[in-house]
This record gives sequence, structure tokens and C-alpha cells, in this order.
Amino acid sequence: MPELIAKTALAGQAPATHAGTTLAEADLGPVTSIACFPGQQKAVATTLGQPFPAPNTHAKGLCWTGPDQAFLIGRTAPDLTGLAACTDQSGGWVTLRLDGPLAAEALMRLVPLDLHKFTPGQAARAPLGHMQMVLMADAQGFLILVFRSMARTAWHEIETALKACAARAAL
Amino acid sequence: MRLNCPLCGPRDRREFYYSGSEDLLNRPAADATVEAWNDMLHLRLNPAGVTRDLWYHETGCGSWLLVTRNTVTHEILATERVADRKGAA
Repeated sequence: MPELIAKTALAGQAPATHAGTTLAEADLGPVTSIACFPGQQKAVATTLGQPFPAPNTHAKGLCWTGPDQAFLIGRTAPDLTGLAACTDQSGGWVTLRLDGPLAAEALMRLVPLDLHKFTPGQAARAPLGHMQMVLMADAQGFLILVFRSMARTAWHEIETALKACAARAAL
Repeated sequence: MRLNCPLCGPRDRREFYYSGSEDLLNRPAADATVEAWNDMLHLRLNPAGVTRDLWYHETGCGSWLLVTRNTVTHEILATERVADRKGAA
């Protein structure tokens, strides 16, 4: 097997900035979905060396994505045989960053949540238009994960919303 | 219309898929009579008032919810995860 070059979904895409708010692609590195077997959540947390995230939160590269389920981001998963079902999701998702004063307003055109109240450390499973999304907030802004196949659609939808918000702000 | 997902909090109706009556949770025993199976599969009440039905949090956490609501006033009276109910697997 030759050594293949891993590319992100939007490799080469330049960041887009409108009214001081920037949309850019991010690379989170390896992503693993961890679905705990019944009653094994504590054992999984012990093996991972960090608490299992509470619903709607993320911390230290571990993001809640559903009941007894989380994404481990940025490092490869330890051996969780017998404790959880682990699925390599690296490259299966595209990650977009949206930072700046209009970020929440632009994203709220597509996401039915009150994102003005969304604080760093919070996470959510919510729709982005009709797309499945994992949303995280950190000190810098929003991290938006959608399926890789929808990368260009998500980019287009968010940039269009951002442009509209920027145009309103310029009035 | 909003449903209060016990995990995700209050969410918009568009995030949910409607499945139908809670009758679907109450399967008769495998050796039950044909009448009992017929009732479970086909007989549905259509109440003007409080009803209980199943909703799937499709673009959220993926939980099945048992929702108690009033078809006359559109009030949502209670939401509960099916997985959290007593005896759930």
C-alpha cells in the first residue's frame, strides 16, 4: 500500500471574512466515536483518563454526541475492548470554525438554538439547515462538524448567512 | 411547537420525527391472542385531549421520547426518554 496523503474535505479553501467574522476550515486530527456499552461509562472514563462529558458539553478533546456516546478528538483512542464501540471517524467529518462578532447571529439563521447564550465548553447535537451537526463552542468561537460529503453545502450556507448579516450590519 | 428533550433541552419541532401512539411500546406476549396483536397493530384512539405518543430526536441526540400532550390546547405536558423508563433494556 503506498503512503497516501490525507486531505481535509475543503483542502485549499481560503478563509472567508465578512464584517470581522471569519469562516475557516479547521483540522481536528483523529476523531473517534466512542459509544459506551451499557453500564460501562465510568470504566471508559477511567481508561480515557478524564471524565465522560455531561450532555451538551465538551472538554479536553472529548465531546458529548448522544446518550452514552462521545467523540474523542485530537488523539487516537486507547483500547476500549469490552467497554465501548469505537468507530474511527477521522476524515468522515469536516470541521468549520466561525469566529467573530457576527458568528452567533449568522449561525442562528441555520440552527434553531439561542446561540447568544452558548458559552465556551458547551456542545450540542442540532441541525444545520437539514444537515446533522455537532456544534462546540470554545474561547475563540464556534466549531461546526458536519458530514464530509456536505462540506461545500455547509460552507455555502454559512457564508451566505454571514454575508447577509454583514450586509445588515453595514446599513 | 417545542419539545423538551430530557438530554438536549427545549428543541424545535423540526428536529423530531413523529412515530405514533405509545401503543407501539406495549407489545403483547409472543403467544398472545390474535385479537391482542390486532389491537396493538391496528386499533388507535384519536382523543380530543391528552394523548401519549412517540417522537424520535432525529437531528439531536437520537433518543426516543414518550411525549404527553394535549391535542386540544397543544400543551406539551411531559416528555420522557423511552430508554429511561422502568424495565427498558
